[in-house]
Amino acid sequence: MTEIIVVTSGKGGVGKTTTSASVACGLARRGKKVAVIDFDIGLRNLDLVMGCERRVVYDFVNVIQGDCTLKQALIKDKRIESLYILAASQTRDKEALTSEGVHRVLKELEADGFDYIICDSPAGIEKGAHLAMYFADRAIVVVNPEVSSVRDSDRILGLLASKTLRAEQGNGGVKEHLLLTRYSPRRVAAGEMMSVADVKEILGIDVLGVIPESPDVLSASNAGTPVILNQESIVAKAYEDAVSRLLGEEIPLRYIEEPKKSFFARVFGG
Amino acid sequence: MDRLLAFFRRSSGNSASVAKERLRIIVSQERTARGGPDYLPVLRSELLEVIRKYVNVDPEAVHINLQREDGHDVLELSVSLPGGARS
Repeated sequence: MTEIIVVTSGKGGVGKTTTSASVACGLARRGKKVAVIDFDIGLRNLDLVMGCERRVVYDFVNVIQGDCTLKQALIKDKRIESLYILAASQTRDKEALTSEGVHRVLKELEADGFDYIICDSPAGIEKGAHLAMYFADRAIVVVNPEVSSVRDSDRILGLLASKTLRAEQGNGGVKEHLLLTRYSPRRVAAGEMMSVADVKEILGIDVLGVIPESPDVLSASNAGTPVILNQESIVAKAYEDAVSRLLGEEIPLRYIEEPKKSFFARVFGG
Repeated sequence: MDRLLAFFRRSSGNSASVAKERLRIIVSQERTARGGPDYLPVLRSELLEVIRKYVNVDPEAVHINLQREDGHDVLELSVSLPGGARS
């Protein structure tokens, strides 16, 4: 059984591609066969975050238009055995991505025995975002604890509940998961940032994970290594936890509270 | 004195609770509009126009809420009138 997971958010710059790359790596490292697809037609970026930008020969649109086979376009990850990347096209023609074409590629991946297909959605609610979510079984909604991101993700929840194949067929709809990124426990404690509980209450969906704000995310994308592979980073641990929950494990949230300062640190500052 | 209080309130800085409250309102309003019929936003602005013939109310004073209760929809309308509206 292949499961299709869309990583979406509405708002741009909240961490969809970072999340797609890390979740795909995390699943593949646990032995699952995973394909991660960049749906951001015209603005290819997943390849950079995955560190395979120089190996892109064919892209998603080439496969849809029959310029090459799916096998030729899938880029095999050099670090993890069962991980494949399908790059976005850089064409300016947004119409190049068709519903039939996307469906055909997904079906072919399913026939090839992929366990998971991760669809990295573009920002916004246009065609690319629509097609990234349309065939999904589950959705990871990436949210920053900030007003515009929360509002936009609620729009996305509305679309997931109405403009997807599962919603149209009425068989339970798309399962929605909340992933909170750029979380700062210190600012939450100071009352400057909404907490996990606040965002969860407003959006009313289950929390898949909380990723702390960290410079490690930028370093990882600079290097083209998905942040989940940086084992020293708490961001990697938080993503690993999210992947475990995606696979059905029940584990408590970590890194959502400010580390307790020692007595001396409190007295003398630090 | 008020200014002093405001100063302390600001320095204690709970902007997160302001954000949460604003989102709670706008999200529930947008969900109502989304789940319900397309005419709701128009209905809201036309009602506002009618009410304004008699009382000068703020656009934000009109709340429309559509709730689904087993089998039928309930359209709830509430208008908060400004303080001196009765005179």
